[in-house]
Amino acid sequence: MNETDILIDIKDVSKAFPGVLALDHVDFCLRRGEVHGLMGENGAGKSTLIKVLTGLYPKDGGQILFEGRPFTLSSPLEAAGHGISTLYQEVNLIPALSVAENIYIGREPKRFGRIDWKKINTDARVAIQKLDLDIDVTQPVSTYSVAIQQLVAITRALEISAKVLILDEPTSSLDLAEVSQLFKVVRRLKKEGIGILFVTHFIDQVYEITDRITVLRNGRFIGEFETSKLSRIELISHMLGKDPEVFSKEQEDAAMKIRTRKTSAEPFLEVKHLERKGSMTAFNLTVNKGEVLGLAGLLGSGRTETARLLFGIDRANGGKVLLDGEQINISSPRNAIEKYFAFCPENRKEEGIIEDLTIRENIILALQARSGIFRAISQKRQNEIADQYIDLLSIKTPSASQMVKNLSGGNQQKVIIARWLATDPRFLILDEPTRGIDVGAKAEIEKLIVGLSEKGLAILFISSEMEEVINCSDKINVLRDRKILTELAGEDMEVSNIMRVIADKEAGI
Amino acid sequence: MKLQLNKKNIPILATIGVFLLIYLIGSVMYTNFFSLRVFTNLFIDNAFIGVIAIGMTFVIITGGIDLSVGSVVAFVGVLAAKLMHVYGVHPVFAFGICLVLGALFGMTMGGLIHFFELPPFLVTLVGMFLARGLAFLVSLNAIPIKHPAVDAVIDFGIPLGFRTWLPATAMIFMAVTIMGIYVQKYTRFGRNAYAIGSNEQSAILMGLPVGRTKILVYSLNGLLSALAGVVYSLYTSSGYPLACVGLELDVIAAVVIGGTLLSGGSGYVIGTLIGVLILGLIQTFITFQGTLSSWWTKIVIGILLFIFILLQRYLSVAGERK
Amino acid sequence: MKTGEKLRNENFQRLLWPLMALLGILLFNFFFTPGFFHIEIKDGHFFGSLVDIANRAAPVMLLAIGMTLVFASGGVDLSVGAIMAISGAVAATVIRPDYVKGVIAYGEMQPLFYVIAIPLVFSLIAGLWNGLLVAYIGIQPIIATLILMVAGRGIAQLITQGQIVVFIHEPFQYIGSGFFLGLPFPIILVLMVYAATYFLTRKTGLGLFIEAIGANSVASHFMGIRERLIKLSVYIFSGFCAGLAGLIICADIKAADANNAGLFLELDAIAAVIIGGTIWGGRFTLLGSIIGTLIIQSLTTTILTRGVAPEVTLVFKAFVIILVSLIQSEKFRGLFSRRLAVKKVSGS
Repeated sequence: MNETDILIDIKDVSKAFPGVLALDHVDFCLRRGEVHGLMGENGAGKSTLIKVLTGLYPKDGGQILFEGRPFTLSSPLEAAGHGISTLYQEVNLIPALSVAENIYIGREPKRFGRIDWKKINTDARVAIQKLDLDIDVTQPVSTYSVAIQQLVAITRALEISAKVLILDEPTSSLDLAEVSQLFKVVRRLKKEGIGILFVTHFIDQVYEITDRITVLRNGRFIGEFETSKLSRIELISHMLGKDPEVFSKEQEDAAMKIRTRKTSAEPFLEVKHLERKGSMTAFNLTVNKGEVLGLAGLLGSGRTETARLLFGIDRANGGKVLLDGEQINISSPRNAIEKYFAFCPENRKEEGIIEDLTIRENIILALQARSGIFRAISQKRQNEIADQYIDLLSIKTPSASQMVKNLSGGNQQKVIIARWLATDPRFLILDEPTRGIDVGAKAEIEKLIVGLSEKGLAILFISSEMEEVINCSDKINVLRDRKILTELAGEDMEVSNIMRVIADKEAGI
Repeated sequence: MKLQLNKKNIPILATIGVFLLIYLIGSVMYTNFFSLRVFTNLFIDNAFIGVIAIGMTFVIITGGIDLSVGSVVAFVGVLAAKLMHVYGVHPVFAFGICLVLGALFGMTMGGLIHFFELPPFLVTLVGMFLARGLAFLVSLNAIPIKHPAVDAVIDFGIPLGFRTWLPATAMIFMAVTIMGIYVQKYTRFGRNAYAIGSNEQSAILMGLPVGRTKILVYSLNGLLSALAGVVYSLYTSSGYPLACVGLELDVIAAVVIGGTLLSGGSGYVIGTLIGVLILGLIQTFITFQGTLSSWWTKIVIGILLFIFILLQRYLSVAGERK
Repeated sequence: MKTGEKLRNENFQRLLWPLMALLGILLFNFFFTPGFFHIEIKDGHFFGSLVDIANRAAPVMLLAIGMTLVFASGGVDLSVGAIMAISGAVAATVIRPDYVKGVIAYGEMQPLFYVIAIPLVFSLIAGLWNGLLVAYIGIQPIIATLILMVAGRGIAQLITQGQIVVFIHEPFQYIGSGFFLGLPFPIILVLMVYAATYFLTRKTGLGLFIEAIGANSVASHFMGIRERLIKLSVYIFSGFCAGLAGLIICADIKAADANNAGLFLELDAIAAVIIGGTIWGGRFTLLGSIIGTLIIQSLTTTILTRGVAPEVTLVFKAFVIILVSLIQSEKFRGLFSRRLAVKKVSGS
């Protein structure tokens, strides 16, 4: 390989945040005219790497070479000046302004001291035609689809003379046709010698478009691979840090220890052909009474989307839900709660806890919401409930009157679980309940899940850690690319099997 | 200006429609309603509202709000009057000082909003208190403005024929409008204001000078409020600390009726001009009608404001559904 | 027992600063205003500067009670001054229905119930209107209530036909200038509304729900809290409080002045709430707002006794509000406690 072909060479770069080493001596190399996938699960360090590269974060150590010369950026603006542009999942354009203006805003051509609109519009037409787009550049950008908006953003990047294009999950909200439209442009840019860094969660897309893949895990560089020589199962095992062959054996024993129960075959919740356009492909799913159904899949595979549909946060476009054999309509969380559903969201801070209220208040809120405004829970009863759950879940706090924001992540999670347990639910949805919490608290929560299901609670359990899903679940639905592929139960519930299903091109079709 | 028929332009088309409708009804119902004199008076009587409304258009386009404008007008009025009347300062300097103070006042509010991320309504509410209090501090009573130079400006005017003439105040309003249109359309500052109001996060990531633009927008509005104060004192020949109570509401109403979206990102200075003229027309209409009392003006403005806000709301909800 | 103490601690800390400020002003007067603390009993009624301050502050206290809940829910109600004007105008019109037509005679004396109930119904409708716009149509609170602030005063003037309607109605006047248990009736009324509001918010789930939707509306939605209904009721309640405040002022001056009744008072109410320590979208304290009102009123009285025009207090109010808001702003605190902030992040 020719040295001059290297656009960006990241060597030995580290970045620490208080308490976390987000990047631990990471290497990365982007060449001219290639599409380079950057893969990794949560906490792998992908977004930190991009932020260091684009100057949003300063690096703590190591070296970044750009076209062979060391360079350091102090802001994303400087990155654009060097020809490094980034596209995000959220289109970063000004919706109210025209396509043409979006391409040139901040650098509008001027004539006699005033903005030259004629030139902006003609230049934009030329620029947009380079990408084989035929749209009216004087229309507001918001009148076009997200895919076209992404292409407009790319045009803007190219007009700033991009040498490097970073695509940070740009396809997350695109449909198939739109993705292929985007990829057509990406291939063309590649031919023109632009280096493209592509971050995505869609395995199929990585194999469709990339030439090389770099895998990160827990802030460490795992390896750089040529896409054509890397099998899907290898890629997944690199991302998860597990060898499918070795892993299954030792796993099994551990799993057996906490999963020693038989389940009823009495269906509690049956979901048929539920779908939401742009979010989840139609799926079926059944949870029996006293059963833990695990959802396994990579990040962005549709786990959270499934949970949101079941809890009525997002509305389905089609399909039906049966509860105890009767069809129900869940149109809002309130609706779901009336049916004794409960949902611990993945995003603790934004969607779960209310930081400025006390632990006691956070715990009793959902119960109070269901009993209504006027049937107030007495102070005494509130304290009893709070103390009971602080005890039961061993929430570490000096008192129930502490602000929730003063607790650690794990204890905050327990407060949310306590909130829902206090409502005496029949169906509990847990979305990543153990994310970002320490090992001890994690084990406690896992034990709790199994304990609750033994008492007859139906549970939907979502986690990115496959062993955890296997440990806690009675059966597992495997997801990929917003689709439920298959259901595994009993002996089949092994990390290796799950990985194979995810890697299997034909699965779920 | 080319107007395309898309969602973005519906509010301003509605504005033009309302203007023509009121004008038509007035012209059919009353003789003399459709005359050069009445039309010119719209510009004269609403000059000070118009000048601020242009500034407010920029503020609202960035997604902000400024409640301090009415108080600033009163403050500038009494300060200028006192400087001239009591301290014998020449009007040019007196008004000059006022304009500088107005701009600084706006800049401070913009700084507080940008640097400390305080909500604009809170900061400008405080500004409203402060300017009103300062006005009282300057003088508790009305002070007449009498100066040969001022009288000369007041008496100056361009004859338009039909026994109608265009005074300096109306010319200031028109000049500010033209400059507003130019700044909005042909300068980066004008375009950046749209960008911030439409999507601030994107504007930051696209490398636009968000902080500078925001502070500049409030400074501009402070400056124009002070200019409106000057126009108002020329119009009334006095400074009065209780003047223009509630003016901010008329101004915001004019901007919104003029088709600017309250959520920011969309609107035209030209629309605001028509919005101001609509407020003036309502006033004129009620004067011509004769039996309707003046408080009907407030109610009608309130109803119009409500209808336009509903229209905006409907359009944005329809946009989200798309 | 232990939890109770902690809770009181939290509330106490929230009130500490406003209380200190109030004490400071009182202390100043103790040294520099002779007879400030003097209270005498005439005809079984209490008289003195302190009673006077509380009495004058009563209308704003009522506004502040309503505004506290609106503020905590993440909104603001600019229309309270206009609602006061409407309420007073309606009350005066009920007493002298034909006055605006130039009839001086009173006609038959209206029962007190009507004089009070009809204006309050109007106020509730005004609040309902605000609430519908904010909660169900989704308009920003400041704009939604601005509409009524513009049109409301017009409506009040329409009712009184632009005139100042003077009247005599002994039972009604009692609301503004009567005494009960030796104290001015407005003070008693505030105490009653305060107690009722405290009970309604703190002894039911309502207060907690208001704080929850203000602090985190997404999480509240996920818990099935009826955000819209609660926001609606908060604005209705604010309208009710404003209506009551309007009645006090109207009864006190024995006239309805649509132009000036409640003018600028929405600003005083907002100032009192902020000074009292209620967070915009979050924790609220009714007692804090009452203390905040007392601070503003005693400041005004103090300035008056110094011989400065009362209008100038606006300048003081402005500085106090911006100072308190800055102290609450994280960015501002960050300037002074950057090191502390870093420590906190690394700890969590």
